[in-house]
Amino acid sequence: MNGERRRYVLAFGLLAVLLAALAAWNLNAGTLSLSVSQVAAILMGQDTNETAYRVLWDLRLPRVLGAVLLGGALSVSGFLLQTFFNNPIASPFVLGISSGAKLTVALTMIFLLSRGVASSSWLLIGAAFVGAMAAMALVLAVSQKVRRMSVLILCGIMVGYICSAVTDFAVTFAEDANIVNLHNWSVGSFSGLTWRNVGTIAITVGVGLVWALFLSKPMGAYQMGESYAQSVGVSIRRFRVELILLSSLLSACVTAFAGPISFVGIAVPHLVRSLLGTAKPIVVLPGCFLGGAVFCLFCDLIARTAFAPVEMSISTVTALFGAPVVIYMMVRRQSRAM
Amino acid sequence: MKHQCLQTEQMTVGYHGKPLVEGIDLCLHRGEIMALIGPNGAGKSTILKSIIRQLRLLGGVVKVEDVPLEELTNQQLARCLSVLMTGQRSPELMTCRQVAAAGRYPYTGRLGILTQDDWDKVDRALDQVHAGDLAHQPFTAVSDGQRQRVLLARALCQEPEILVLDEPTSFLDIRYKLELLTTLKELVRRQNLAVLLSLHELDLAQRISDTVVCIHNNAIERWGPPEEVFTADYIPHLYDLTQGSYEPAWGSLELPPVQGEPQVFVIGGGGSGIAAYRRLQRQGIPFAAGILHENDLDFPAARALAAAVVTERAFAPIGPQALREGLAWVERCPRVLCCCRTFGPMNEANRQLLQAAQARNKLTWETGKEDAHGL
Repeated sequence: MNGERRRYVLAFGLLAVLLAALAAWNLNAGTLSLSVSQVAAILMGQDTNETAYRVLWDLRLPRVLGAVLLGGALSVSGFLLQTFFNNPIASPFVLGISSGAKLTVALTMIFLLSRGVASSSWLLIGAAFVGAMAAMALVLAVSQKVRRMSVLILCGIMVGYICSAVTDFAVTFAEDANIVNLHNWSVGSFSGLTWRNVGTIAITVGVGLVWALFLSKPMGAYQMGESYAQSVGVSIRRFRVELILLSSLLSACVTAFAGPISFVGIAVPHLVRSLLGTAKPIVVLPGCFLGGAVFCLFCDLIARTAFAPVEMSISTVTALFGAPVVIYMMVRRQSRAM
Repeated sequence: MKHQCLQTEQMTVGYHGKPLVEGIDLCLHRGEIMALIGPNGAGKSTILKSIIRQLRLLGGVVKVEDVPLEELTNQQLARCLSVLMTGQRSPELMTCRQVAAAGRYPYTGRLGILTQDDWDKVDRALDQVHAGDLAHQPFTAVSDGQRQRVLLARALCQEPEILVLDEPTSFLDIRYKLELLTTLKELVRRQNLAVLLSLHELDLAQRISDTVVCIHNNAIERWGPPEEVFTADYIPHLYDLTQGSYEPAWGSLELPPVQGEPQVFVIGGGGSGIAAYRRLQRQGIPFAAGILHENDLDFPAARALAAAVVTERAFAPIGPQALREGLAWVERCPRVLCCCRTFGPMNEANRQLLQAAQARNKLTWETGKEDAHGL
């Protein structure tokens, strides 16, 4: 027991240190380079350099907070789906849920832009949630018919392609100057987040995370099999509905503000489980949140600074680091199965 | 009177609204082991799943402690009934102790955090199933038999009154089968549990159960103590055996005898002939056996496998009638195999058969393993 607890403390300590370091680095780095002391001074309200203040306060800080919250939410959502489907490859991106959300958000934005109405944060989340649930419903309908996970994932990927195609079509033909933003968003990016956005995100993700923690007890039983969970007193139907709603809500929130982001939902939960040496939801859930935040801060830093002033899409970077993890994971599982 | 803790009244079970077994009346008391037996697909698992509320009842009532199942909350049911079913997932990255600890689910709070008291109960359960030394090993790394014991510990630390197990011994080797059932028996005695389980192994069911319930033809065809169920007539009927036979004394099965004119007459007695009977059966050689007392150790196997058996009444010296028959077989068969080495007043006739065979140059002695195939 002691060994376990020491490992948890060390792992969480490591994640917290990484989070703090990367957050600081993200605040400092960029076209306008700021030192740590400058950043501290601005945050304390002592530095009066107008440009630096604007850059930090209006651009970098919301972006960092957004990356932390959304990255965490995405990997928690991935962990929930993996528990639900009892498969480590399940994630919002792979199952087409992100793409479903992306489609409805794009259509909503284009519709609103064409009417000259500014889209509110809550409206975007709502639209994304509808899209996520629609894609989820499709995936669930297929999973009722076929038990094979590979078919399910293939189906999710196809749904993803269809949704992306429709989104791209709509984006291409939408007429507006704001379309540049829309394009950035539709390939995945943490740029352009406002404080208002961050507020909405914080509320949604906060509620989602607390809710997820309260589901960690039945999740632990569910990991041992659906029928076993039922036998120790979990009301399966309600639990499954909650898990679906929750994972859709979290991935909808991510997609609404940062577009579709690949691989975080698979790679981070896997890395966190290995780091913690356990699959216990009550430990892994907060671990996933921290891990996702660290991973996304790291990837966003690269996306922003590697080829500055040109910015890469966040998915490009997450794929670069996430995909090898996923491949390694699958190869190891296969070789163990044999 | 013993306390009855699980009862079904006119229960009908099945999948998708289609009844599979109807009119089930079971009554299980504490301190009792009840085994369901019957052919594959008869509905043993379906009955168990319906009792533990995994399947909706198609009719009738299940009562736990005299309370109908539908009036119990999930938690109430989980606190008095725990299960060990087949086809469990094996969770990754968990020690055996953590897996067993899952059984405390109905007793922990909203976040499922275990108190020291809970952990003590988990450790006690592991000790009870003799898995204390596995506690800190990864669950995926232990053997099937050990895994099954850990899962039994998980069911035990749920502190149930009723334990439901679906084929707990399938896929275990004989050592683990024996260990698991011994542990189960111990638990029933010590903790006064009521156990309901399905078993494929008839020999084990016969030895472990207080009551045996036979599921056949969509109903409970027969139930009662093992001695009333495990009979040479009923078991072949229950499993629709068309070949071979069932030996109630051992709870074992024999292959069908080889048909045809006997080629060998086997002189046996006192258990010496069984190996030869089985070998001849395997080699497809029809044989006759004799002269055996009806209470001889060799008799059941001879009756099952030989084309003909010459017998004498139990505890009587072999008489002239049986000797005549024996001599006739010695005359008729091309070879005589003698397995018996000790002769006394009761089987003196067998010595005469031996001498007769020797005189006709037909005799082979059954020897040790090395030239067993030299026949």
